Amino acid sequence: MASALSDRELVARCRAGDQQAWAELVERFSRYVYAISVQGFRLSQHDAEDVFQEVFARAYQHLDRLRDDAALRPWLAQLTRRLCIDRLRAAAREAPAADEELEPAGVDETLALLDEALMVHEALAQTPGHCREIIDRFFARDESYHTIGDALDLPPGTIASRISRCLARLRELLEGRTEPGQASGPQ
Amino acid sequence: MSSYEEERLARLIRALPPAPEGWIRAAQELPFARTQLDDIVARAEADAAFRERLVADLETALEAEGYERDPAVVEALRVRFKSK
Repeated sequence: MASALSDRELVARCRAGDQQAWAELVERFSRYVYAISVQGFRLSQHDAEDVFQEVFARAYQHLDRLRDDAALRPWLAQLTRRLCIDRLRAAAREAPAADEELEPAGVDETLALLDEALMVHEALAQTPGHCREIIDRFFARDESYHTIGDALDLPPGTIASRISRCLARLRELLEGRTEPGQASGPQ
Repeated sequence: MSSYEEERLARLIRALPPAPEGWIRAAQELPFARTQLDDIVARAEADAAFRERLVADLETALEAEGYERDPAVVEALRVRFKSK
């Protein structure tokens, strides 16, 4: 279960050797690192897995190099980007190329989209559990109404309206109209 | 200030699907399993026969050598040695 720790607090605990904090840090940024390598750099699953493990291994090893603990996200993004480029360079048959030549077209736009997506997921984490779960299942995990209904014991006919209400709450949070704890329970 | 229409929100949520669970677990556990991992990698680099056994069948090779079956270590070795 994710806690409400800030990135800064999480990094401080990881530096102190807190295994649970490290597990949370990985969980918090796992989607982001995965998406950068697969969507931004179009790596195969195989290469993306190597990059994923290497990013977190290096992050753990070099946490003390992070100058501003609150800047964890851009630091991880940069690390992932660097390792993806290294992977593309290793796979390139031609002579060594500049980073810009190895990067797929539109990578900066994709990474900007992923930054915003992460911010939306962070806001989603502040919504009530039932909202978090149904929205994540439907959009991020691409589950059908039928699967969601079975998993959450909900009649399929109520799922669409619940998703719509939860999206409205998320939108309010993002637009600063609701405090995180204010959203109401399931209806 | 961004405007979060339903369609745009949906697109942003979809942009971050979950990473495979096994990857996450391995990354969470790996730093704490590093000692065993380093030992196995050092042995594999020094002992070609051991390395071949790891590549052919990772889990059997580890078991035969008496290593504890730590999922994070197995996953990291699988990535490193591209074993089945």
